[in-house]
Amino acid sequence: MVGNLCKKLFNLLGVVFFSIGSTVAYAEYKFNFPEPATPIARDTLLVHNLFSIICIVIFLVVLAIMIYSLITHRKDKGFKASTATGPSTKVQVFWTLVPFMILLYLDFILIGIPAWHAIAMMEDTKTDAQMVVKVTGSQWKWQYDYPEEGISFVSTLTTPASQIDNSVPKGEHYLLEVDNPLVLPINKKIRMLMTSSDVIHEWWVPAFASKRNAIPGFIREIWVTIEKPGTYRGQCTELCGKGHGYMPVVVEAVTQEQYDEWVASKKPPVPPSVEVSEAGEGLNSQAKVQVAGAMSVAGAN
Amino acid sequence: MSTATAAHDGHDDHGHPTGIGRWLFATNHKDIGTMYLIFALAMFFLGGIMIMLVRAELFQPGLQIMEPELFNQLISVHALVMIFGALMPAAVGMANWLIPMQIGAPDMALPRLNNFSFWILVPAAILLTMPFTLAMFNIGDGAIAAGWTFLPPLSTQGGMGMDFAIFAVHLLGISSVLGSINVIVTILNMRAPGMTMMKLPLFCWSWLVTAVLLILAIPVLAGAVTMLLTDRHFGTHFFNAAGGGDPILFQHIFWFFGHPEVYILLLPIWGFIPTILSTFARKPVFGYKAQVYSFWAIGGMSLIVWAHHFLTAGMPLAALLYFMYITMAISLPLAVLFYCWIAGIWRGAMSFEAPMLFAVGWIIMFGIGGLTGLVLADAAADAQYHGTYFVVAHFHYTIFAGGIFGIMTGIYYWLPKFTGNMYSASLAKWHFWVTMIAFNLTFIPQFFVGLAGMPRRVPDYALQFAEFNMISTVGAFALGAAQLLFLYNVIACVRGGIGVKVSDKVWDGADVEGLEFTLPSPPPFHSFTVQPIVK
Repeated sequence: MVGNLCKKLFNLLGVVFFSIGSTVAYAEYKFNFPEPATPIARDTLLVHNLFSIICIVIFLVVLAIMIYSLITHRKDKGFKASTATGPSTKVQVFWTLVPFMILLYLDFILIGIPAWHAIAMMEDTKTDAQMVVKVTGSQWKWQYDYPEEGISFVSTLTTPASQIDNSVPKGEHYLLEVDNPLVLPINKKIRMLMTSSDVIHEWWVPAFASKRNAIPGFIREIWVTIEKPGTYRGQCTELCGKGHGYMPVVVEAVTQEQYDEWVASKKPPVPPSVEVSEAGEGLNSQAKVQVAGAMSVAGAN
Repeated sequence: MSTATAAHDGHDDHGHPTGIGRWLFATNHKDIGTMYLIFALAMFFLGGIMIMLVRAELFQPGLQIMEPELFNQLISVHALVMIFGALMPAAVGMANWLIPMQIGAPDMALPRLNNFSFWILVPAAILLTMPFTLAMFNIGDGAIAAGWTFLPPLSTQGGMGMDFAIFAVHLLGISSVLGSINVIVTILNMRAPGMTMMKLPLFCWSWLVTAVLLILAIPVLAGAVTMLLTDRHFGTHFFNAAGGGDPILFQHIFWFFGHPEVYILLLPIWGFIPTILSTFARKPVFGYKAQVYSFWAIGGMSLIVWAHHFLTAGMPLAALLYFMYITMAISLPLAVLFYCWIAGIWRGAMSFEAPMLFAVGWIIMFGIGGLTGLVLADAAADAQYHGTYFVVAHFHYTIFAGGIFGIMTGIYYWLPKFTGNMYSASLAKWHFWVTMIAFNLTFIPQFFVGLAGMPRRVPDYALQFAEFNMISTVGAFALGAAQLLFLYNVIACVRGGIGVKVSDKVWDGADVEGLEFTLPSPPPFHSFTVQPIVK
């Protein structure tokens, strides 16, 4: 009940803050998170705006008190210094406890409760998941596997070296463009399994607000439900060697029909001979075993 | 034994060794403190030059002046040099100078240990930076490039620069632990009669907490990097999943050291600030006991919040919630400190000499660092902040503004005491204003690029981040240039300053708890030859 009420209250507050945030975001300089494309990103933006505003208010109030003091309590104005070394009267003790109580309330109620909700939502990767995609980071590219569909491909940067060394003008999506983007259907809860084949990477699309380490030998998971079709761009955010700045993430979010078409076009053609088909089967079942194993590891976590 | 002591009876006033021997075999707390401070200043400029190169590269998108390999080495060594080379030695240098004088002791309790803990810093610094030089002669492939956090498996891949860094960290760690032992022994045993624990100057209290944290945290770091070393060369698999290890284990061990480290860097400054505020507000320190208890509370809590540095590495929901709430809880004792600092100037009779300007500016800047830390504690939004420039801006507000800026505050306050000379006040004020403006110009844009999605530790970036990075680089160069004013002012002060000899009290409001202002300026070689009695 109380949680629900809080949630509603926060949605309302959030809408106010969000509208402030989004007007700012239209400026040439970007001052805030990109426009959210998933429920988690929406939640994160609300929580972020709320916390930032609280912190800015605290900062300004304390600064104002300080500035008042700096202007008033000066030797050159003949102000006589008090000799107080601590709160002595009951009123003073009360005022001393006020900031403490305010922070207690902010930390564990005003900020703490919505944060709990947001985290619980973020970590719930399994409930009603409709699709699984496996992401494997390696130096310095991403491999995407669709275990159900049997699709697997590698996605690498396409920005030419001539743009990086400044010999030709840079393109619009400089460093944020790849050969094979990850194609995902919209409005579907997609469970994404993260792992790595060499060092720790981190898969991040700012508009999704989901970020998780890709750790060699372990599976970590996040989920996304993309609400709007479009192209979303992000980058690796864990230092992974000299190519760390050059392994972008590009997600193409499409409608279910377009996605089905894409899957059909990506499916390997009907195998011409029995041996090849068996080999393919073998590969497929091996991939399934891997994913099943991966899921049990993730479950154990 | 008895003959030896008899033969050397009363050798106190033989004078002290001169020339190079005075420094190599130094056992005097002031000489060692001076060496620590000079070392820290040198390292500060070395780390500064490295980051100037980095900011120059980031001035525009594209690769202009260096390859990504060198970029990664520079950011890694910059962090290690600034944390272990500049900030920690500067704090130890101030402790060496101040603690014996404040508590009424003739020297530190363990002078030879003191000498040793300084002199192993020098080979450590050489180890840390030598790979750059070696690479110029085509030996090895340069310095550590895995970030100052040494995260495996990337750090298992690196070249010999990584081994140099591991041994450098071992030496730096030994130095810190020995220094801490010295501080603890000195404070507990060498206080003048009547100087009870609850009469200690706050700087001594904060250093006591720092020393305890160092002794608890540094061996853990030493263990982590040793495991890394054996993983690299001796076939162990602590951090290699293929051999049954876990790369995330390293992050847990590293940050078990790494988070207390943040408070190790900050606590000595928290000891400076109330004293300085009290001097220039001409009223006693406010909430002495509350501050002492807060130091211990923060020190204790810093040991149990480590996983908030890698909340996106994946951990159970309960762990996320625990680390979020316990991190937020640190804001409570910190709020007490902020309250005490502001109450410390409230209804005072303030004047704004250079140290006071720095102290007030410090409160504001460190406030931004603390509040952004509170925002970062939220595990849900942390997924968005982690690994971006938002984090870079946040920790520069705590470590540059909270740490380096704080050390400078202390230097401006006590340097006239140490040297007996006054520095140029107008130059110090210029230094303050240029630093304040340039610092904010550098790091405020980094908050915004971080929120917009720019990852940290990238040598090149997308076009949408170009304007802010340009501003940031301009700010960084102004910030670097402003520190030359500090260098000039300090050197000039040591060599005679503006020609004004300062009084014993130096500042007219200096009625502080410590005994350093009862000594002449500059203080005698052996601080107190006759034990003072505190009433």
